[in-house]
Amino acid sequence: MNLQLLLAILVGGLFAAGIYLILRRSIVKLIIGLALISHGANLLIFASGRVVRASAPLVAEGQTSLRPPHADPLPQALILTAIVISFGVLAFMMVLVSRAYRALGTDDTDELRETDS
Amino acid sequence: MSTLIVLPIIIPLVTACLGLLAFRSPRIQQALSVLGGFGLLTAAIVLLMRVWTAAEPPGGILVAQMGSWPAPFGITLVADLFGAIMVLLAAITGLAVLIYSVADVDMPRKRLLYFPLVHVLLAGVCGAFLTGDVFNLYVCFEVLLLSSFVLLSLGSERAQLEGAIKYVTLNLLSSAIFLSAAGILYGTAGTLNMADLSARIASAAEMGDGSNSQSGVFTVVAMMFMVAFGIKSAVFPLFFWLPASYHTPPFAVSALFAGLLTKVGVYALIRFFTLIFVHDTGFTHTILLWVAALTMVTGVLGAAVQMEFRRVLSFHIISQIGYMVLGLALFTPLAIAGAVFYIIHHIVVKANLFLVAGIAHRLRGTSALDRPGRFSIYSSAPLVAVLFMIPAMSLAGVPPLSGFWAKLVLIRAAIDERLFAYALVALLVGIMTLFSMTKIWAEAFWKSPPDEDRRGAPDEPESAARPPRIDRSLLGPIAALAAITVAIGLLAGPVFDLSTRTAEQLLNPAGYVRAVLGADHHRAATAERKEEPAP
Repeated sequence: MNLQLLLAILVGGLFAAGIYLILRRSIVKLIIGLALISHGANLLIFASGRVVRASAPLVAEGQTSLRPPHADPLPQALILTAIVISFGVLAFMMVLVSRAYRALGTDDTDELRETDS
Repeated sequence: MSTLIVLPIIIPLVTACLGLLAFRSPRIQQALSVLGGFGLLTAAIVLLMRVWTAAEPPGGILVAQMGSWPAPFGITLVADLFGAIMVLLAAITGLAVLIYSVADVDMPRKRLLYFPLVHVLLAGVCGAFLTGDVFNLYVCFEVLLLSSFVLLSLGSERAQLEGAIKYVTLNLLSSAIFLSAAGILYGTAGTLNMADLSARIASAAEMGDGSNSQSGVFTVVAMMFMVAFGIKSAVFPLFFWLPASYHTPPFAVSALFAGLLTKVGVYALIRFFTLIFVHDTGFTHTILLWVAALTMVTGVLGAAVQMEFRRVLSFHIISQIGYMVLGLALFTPLAIAGAVFYIIHHIVVKANLFLVAGIAHRLRGTSALDRPGRFSIYSSAPLVAVLFMIPAMSLAGVPPLSGFWAKLVLIRAAIDERLFAYALVALLVGIMTLFSMTKIWAEAFWKSPPDEDRRGAPDEPESAARPPRIDRSLLGPIAALAAITVAIGLLAGPVFDLSTRTAEQLLNPAGYVRAVLGADHHRAATAERKEEPAP
């Protein structure tokens, strides 16, 4: 089994678990589900940047270009940005849920029917 | 030249930062924000004029490379006609909402940095309209989403918190799908620059016969983007978060959301499915066609059964989104021009209707249409009634207002393609829209309050006798937006010319690619790529 396949299974598992948790009625599980899905998306970017055994993408001294094989540094930069964003969003979501729990007196998403008609 | 493209993003950001520095004084924030709104509007007008006059025939593409990194490696900002028009519409809506907020939003919310948040939202929206990079688009989406989350829940009323949970959850899910699609796209194409993507996907489709594996992966990614942007633009069957949340925040906030946020999703759909994913239009655009028709019908039927002012309007956002997607799905020059015209008309009208809803709420004391209000708006404030009538009739498509021309162009485009069923759906949805608007008119504006109600309020006999005075800063933005609606209707010719030029630009991805990457980069890149397939 190579790493690429393992990563693919892991990403699929994270997405499946995340969606399962979102579909549960508990509002806390909703947050955990969203967190798992964003982890899944981050790992997906990592996997699609190719997992290869290669040198760091640094131009050696005296050379003007990279020598293949080298790893692609861009996915890591993308993931780093995405992690920071999802961290902020999840922090907000937790505060929102705790306020909602205090205001609405329930953690059951099935009872959030006031704004539906 | 490059500073001009950056300005619509920088001005709101700087205004927001200055507002944060003055966090103790909501009055200073307020003054700064309105000033910043005027600055943004000026920058947007200059940008559109520069883009319009940049080339002959009118309509060029301005490009700025951030940090002077050459095109596919750095972040590119691109202002073509479509982007510049959207920025201008965002600036108009933003300014109208900012001025309206001065009197509409209450002091506790203003203390909680309401005005800086609006400007961060505007920065995100303008960034999304101007960026030429998929990942940068994701970041801009997150910027505008985060500030919209806070604006939606600011104040923490029960309904607001409940609506916010639904809104946040579905938008986060959409962002995760967007991010995954961007990741797979990068893994397959090796780039996230929109122009570069356009060139690479076109050459991949050229090399294969359309059914080769890489082209198939691009179609899968295209569908993922369609779902992600579909949630954001609230198309059928992904729209449920919208009517559950848009009627809960203050009126100014919901006007801002109604005018701009779903349209960012529509913008992204149009950008992606005219520039990048045009390798298999028979598949992708047929799905869009179905989605468009179902969105129109479900939206308008949903509105028909609602009895709350803003919920009726929320469902109408959905049905109107259907018209725009219909223009994209037909994918002819006339249809895309119709979609652009529709967006121009819709943003102005929709934001205005939500602002009028706020005044109606003040006058009647309730937003419910099936409960009697304190006053008949028609007899106590006829000016407000007229100012509702203009956008409402425009939304329904009554000539000579802007909505009539927008619908006319789209229906004409559908008939030209011999898709009579879709033309018929668009017509019927227009009639149903008229029905909803007359329902609001009759219930909220025309109906006199029952007599016993007026006698049954002994606690405030003074205020019950006279309707509350409506502040000028509430009426001003509404009157200005109504004037723009009338102007678009009367000057339909020039606006249609603008839309046509925009459509020509959108349907010519090669021009976009050339503007961003330079004339000879493309050929060199394709030659190089044949040697090393994986990035």
